Amino acid sequence: MDVIEVLRVSRDSIMSNRIRAFLTTLGVIIGVTAVILLVSIGEGARRYIQTEFSGLGSNILIVVPGKTSKEGGTHMGTSAVRKLVYDDALLIKKRSRHIQHSVPVVAGTSLIKHGSKSRSTYIIGVTEDYFEARSLTIDSGRFINTSDVDSGRNVAVIGRTVKKEILGEANPLGALITIGSTKYRVIGLMAPKGVTLGFDIDDIIFIPTTSAQVLFDTDSLFNITVKVRSEEEITAAKNEIKETLIKKHAGEEDFTVFSQDEMLATMEKILKIMTAVLAGIAAISLIVGGIGIMNIMLVSVKERTREIGLRKAVGAKNRDILFQFITEAVALSLVGGLIGILCGMAFTWVIPLFIPSLPTSLSAWAIFLAFFFSMSIGVFFGVYPAKKAAGMDPITALRYE
Amino acid sequence: MLIHLSDIRKTYVLGTVALEVLKGIDLDIEKGDFIAIMGASGSGKSTLLNIIGCLDRHTSGMYHFEDIDIAKRSDDELAEIRNKRVGFVFQTFNLLPRFPALKNVELPMIYSSIPSNERRDKALEMLKKVGMSHRIEHKPSELSGGEQQRVAIARALVMQPQIILADEPTGNLDSSSGKEIMNIFKELNSEGVTIILVTHEAAIAKDAKRIITIKDGVCDSGCN
Ligand SMILES: Nc1ncnc2c1ncn2[C@@H]1O[C@H](COP(=O)(O)OP(=O)(O)O)[C@@H](O)[C@H]1O
Ligand SMILES: [Mg+2]
Repeated sequence: MDVIEVLRVSRDSIMSNRIRAFLTTLGVIIGVTAVILLVSIGEGARRYIQTEFSGLGSNILIVVPGKTSKEGGTHMGTSAVRKLVYDDALLIKKRSRHIQHSVPVVAGTSLIKHGSKSRSTYIIGVTEDYFEARSLTIDSGRFINTSDVDSGRNVAVIGRTVKKEILGEANPLGALITIGSTKYRVIGLMAPKGVTLGFDIDDIIFIPTTSAQVLFDTDSLFNITVKVRSEEEITAAKNEIKETLIKKHAGEEDFTVFSQDEMLATMEKILKIMTAVLAGIAAISLIVGGIGIMNIMLVSVKERTREIGLRKAVGAKNRDILFQFITEAVALSLVGGLIGILCGMAFTWVIPLFIPSLPTSLSAWAIFLAFFFSMSIGVFFGVYPAKKAAGMDPITALRYE
Repeated sequence: MLIHLSDIRKTYVLGTVALEVLKGIDLDIEKGDFIAIMGASGSGKSTLLNIIGCLDRHTSGMYHFEDIDIAKRSDDELAEIRNKRVGFVFQTFNLLPRFPALKNVELPMIYSSIPSNERRDKALEMLKKVGMSHRIEHKPSELSGGEQQRVAIARALVMQPQIILADEPTGNLDSSSGKEIMNIFKELNSEGVTIILVTHEAAIAKDAKRIITIKDGVCDSGCN
């Protein structure tokens, strides 16, 4: 058995029916393209979140109300959650020498107005330390300072989108905007951060926590954002926060402390699962493509019945015929797979040019996976037609019209 | 003794009906013989030829090909025998339409692990022998019937088999092409190749050294 000859025959038989071969491989092409593209988008999102999180400032701990499951994530099924209050944040800082900043954060959405324009925007109440803790930068004006917080001043630091939508081209500093029913003076403009994964990070307003508590008429916090002095102190800081708050909350651990790494890990896990699910769905179209290949191979076996009979008459063994037809099926699916890989790579490269908010990242494992998957599909769906060919009785095959 | 058949029977089963096509054939063929098998259509000539060529299996009886008991051999071993020791020539030529003459002649060698340059040389030699060296790149559809049959004979000869089996090789040819084909067979036979051909034309059969007639699955004349 001559492998080169088998490959040559496969090439000739595929090339003698180019359009048919192309249509047959289309299913595999689409499947492989989809797998590579979806995995690239998933990977891109994962990488984006990774860099974005590290940009949020390192050594951050977040204290949220309610006890969550060990896995982390959102608050689930907690009964009678005790609120986190402003004093909790101050106490944490006072009791731990590992903590650099402890910021009580209040958050909500509110309607904002300026002149005839209005908009519903995300409002975050923070203290003066927040900007340093989160490594935020400002374009013009200044951040919220200690006296703003202490006297509950109605001042606001606004994001780019808010400025554009509400104030237009005018100089924002000193402008008065209405948040809820109270007038706030704009004291600073944030540096732009951009739109990613559908979230407009610039569509945001920072005000002092004290003012936010009045605005939302609440004394409970959204979270306490804690900046630890160094990475080595994170565990110690976490323990001290727990100790302090449990004591204050009458011996009950009714809050959760996340580290940035834990949150990142959770997000990554969710994204990984999502990517796998999407790739799995795309893989179904690969299977459909495989069925297409099986179908065309059955047609080909039938068309070449006399050829099979003749080959057997001059000495081809069953395994020679089997190998020939499996090779052809694999050749078809591999050609489809390779075209699909090229298409997937092209899309992965082109999409961020047109949709900047959709980061993509081509991963080698997706390419290998697609390659091996399309090859196995050729083998799997090629076996049945090839067995049919190999099992033909030579005389019956030679007489076939 | 090249071929020894004794009480060969062949039964085809079609659904529930069993059709006995060969009803006990006894036949010995020596090396270098030239045999014509004659008989009415449907008498079982092709069936007998296919059994001799190991393309089909007999239902009962004894068949020895060069002292090999064919009944005891596996399908792969029969394929090996067809490849190395038997050359088939068919009424309808059975060339592969997608391939040029040269590739068609190379075909049996592909299943015998002969390297490609050697394949080419041998195929060219055989095409020359049958007077077709000027048409090696022609596809079957670009050749006349007589030319196609000559390519098919080159293919049958290329493995240097002991025996050529031809099933009505002139059946689809005009009489002058048929004569040329018969001349090739006669020449081959003079070189020592054993030839068995099926025909129902007496003019063709007279070229053979021995004529066998089959009637209703039994040997009417010429057998042992
Ligand atoms: N594969 C088969 N299945 C069933 N019947 C067959 C088969 N091959 C041949 N026959 C039958 O066997 C008989 C002899 O066929 P064959 O040997 O081809 O005759 P001949 O070559 O003498 O014309 C015919 O009646 C034919 O219909
Ligand atoms: Mg016949």
